[in-house]
Amino acid sequence: MSKALLYDATLCIGCKQCEQACAEKNQLPYNETVAGEERQSDHKFTVVLSKGDKFMRRMCMNCQDPACASVCPVGAMHKTAAGPVIYEESRCMGCRYCMVACPFGVPKYEWSKVLPRVQKCTMCADRVQAGKPTACAEACPTGATKFGERDELIKEAEQRLHDNPGKYVNHVYGLTEVGGTSVLMLSSVPFEEFGFPAELTRDPLPLLTYRVLSRIPDFVPLGGILLGGVWWITHRREEVAAAEAQESAEKEARKARKK
Amino acid sequence: MKFRLTFWKAVLIALLAAAAYATVVRFAQGLGRSTNLSDQFPWGLWIGFDVLCGVMLAAGGFTLTAAVHIFNLQRLKPIVRPTVLTAFLGYVLVCVALMFDLGRPYRIWHPLVMRNPHSVMFEVAYCVMLYTSVLALEFSPIVLERFRLERPLKIIRKALIPLVILGVILSTLHQSSLGTLYLIMPNKLHPFWYTPLLPVFFFLSAIAVGLAMTIFESSMSAKHFGRQLELPILQELGRVLLVVLAVYGILRIEDLVHRGVLQQLFAGAYQRYETLLFLLELVLALAAPLALLAFRRVRSSPGGLYLAAVLVVLGFITNRLNVSITGMESSAGLHYIPRWTELAVTGGIIASGFAMFGLAVKYLPIFPADEPLPAREEPQKAVGGNVVGEAIPEHAGD
Repeated sequence: MSKALLYDATLCIGCKQCEQACAEKNQLPYNETVAGEERQSDHKFTVVLSKGDKFMRRMCMNCQDPACASVCPVGAMHKTAAGPVIYEESRCMGCRYCMVACPFGVPKYEWSKVLPRVQKCTMCADRVQAGKPTACAEACPTGATKFGERDELIKEAEQRLHDNPGKYVNHVYGLTEVGGTSVLMLSSVPFEEFGFPAELTRDPLPLLTYRVLSRIPDFVPLGGILLGGVWWITHRREEVAAAEAQESAEKEARKARKK
Repeated sequence: MKFRLTFWKAVLIALLAAAAYATVVRFAQGLGRSTNLSDQFPWGLWIGFDVLCGVMLAAGGFTLTAAVHIFNLQRLKPIVRPTVLTAFLGYVLVCVALMFDLGRPYRIWHPLVMRNPHSVMFEVAYCVMLYTSVLALEFSPIVLERFRLERPLKIIRKALIPLVILGVILSTLHQSSLGTLYLIMPNKLHPFWYTPLLPVFFFLSAIAVGLAMTIFESSMSAKHFGRQLELPILQELGRVLLVVLAVYGILRIEDLVHRGVLQQLFAGAYQRYETLLFLLELVLALAAPLALLAFRRVRSSPGGLYLAAVLVVLGFITNRLNVSITGMESSAGLHYIPRWTELAVTGGIIASGFAMFGLAVKYLPIFPADEPLPAREEPQKAVGGNVVGEAIPEHAGD
């Protein structure tokens, strides 16, 4: 079954332990300056935002049917059965379509490097594979970030909404957004206030392009036959006209001879 | 031959020099320091202009080869060669531009072996690659004739019809797919431009621009290479352009009404910045040329046709830049302005296109008068001697 993370913003105390654990896991520098950065980047895969005493974590949502994986021409991004969406650096040619296509604006680029890579949270794919929770979930002192089976975490999130009426925005973010994500979120503050896109479709985004792309295998032979047919007709007409012209010319000639 | 420095040659050399310097900066320092691209705005001028507009401006190739070879409109034959030349140069330059834009250009061949058929970009990559090869083959008879290589010439002539058909199919696919690229971003692209019909609009406008570019190019060549204008041909293209624009216009307006965009626009629901560029696009690409071409007198005059063609080209360049840049700015939360290096590379690419066109016309049998075949209907003036780099627009009378 696929794994997921449940982040409950009401339990978060903004200690940024998850940020630090993430940096260590991904061998990225972490210090005061980095801790102060309030934006995901090529060296900061997760960020804890705050508004007064309210907090919110941003990270890769690891979509169930990810746009980034669908648009990548070389298949460098891909959704694993276990849940994480991973990136194979050796395939990537740097077209950056994944960055443009991601509805959450997650993939980041190493702009300062001559030969850059795309960078993003990959939900600790190697740890998850080994049966361990993600580094951020393990580091979280309050249980705000919880690792587990997606189905069970959905049940738990809905239970929390049910048990605490009025405490939360009545919505599990990530349950249906763009076909569902492997990161589920609960919050008392509307998600849009922390920059989450509102009004995402319930359908996976890749459907939008696949509806068009899937017609190509039919279009190619059909187009070929159609164009070939037009060519045959237009040139046949010419041949017939030429033959007729010749015939009438011969008739004329015969008439002339008879006279 | 003696080299004579003219004003336009000097401009050309300056543009190429700037581009050469920008190239060094781009590859020595990476994308971050040589462009104004960022995590919020990963696609800029090189994708918006060099790739999207470049492919569109080269659409005359498939439009005209289809008209002449498939629909057998032999009247148009004299302008097929310059159009195929433009298309071929256009696609080569698109590939060059991609080498600048890709983060790791040396992996440009990866889609050949690492396939993802669900990716629009994969499909575009394949189509562009195959179509560039098709164009090279369609163009090859001109080179083969020049060097009198009879045997390969015979083979190519036999394969011409299947090649043209393949070219039309590939063009239909990737011209529309450049619009499909944006279908996956319903939340990012501004409602002025995001519509499920994007692929249809990109395809139809490519045909319109293909026709307009052919008119533009023939007019320019007539002026600068001392050739007679193929006016009857251009008038015919003008009529077709009118029809294509009208179809595009009706669909576009219908789509805007259907999605409620026009109603919202009149209610003043949109930002002024996007609205202005949106209206500019509609006026340049649709309203003005439709109004011009609707009059027979304008449609039959060389000046009127030229003006309409230039408007259509500028209008749809605005459209492509609106889709790729203007329409993406509000969701990115910033205004993207290209850095000088980006402008220099794009300028250099355009300049080298003009230079190569000039060189090809000078040394290869591009225009009918130069063909070794017996001359056609109209008598042609001799091609001028010193022509390299003089094919630059707005160069009034020489």
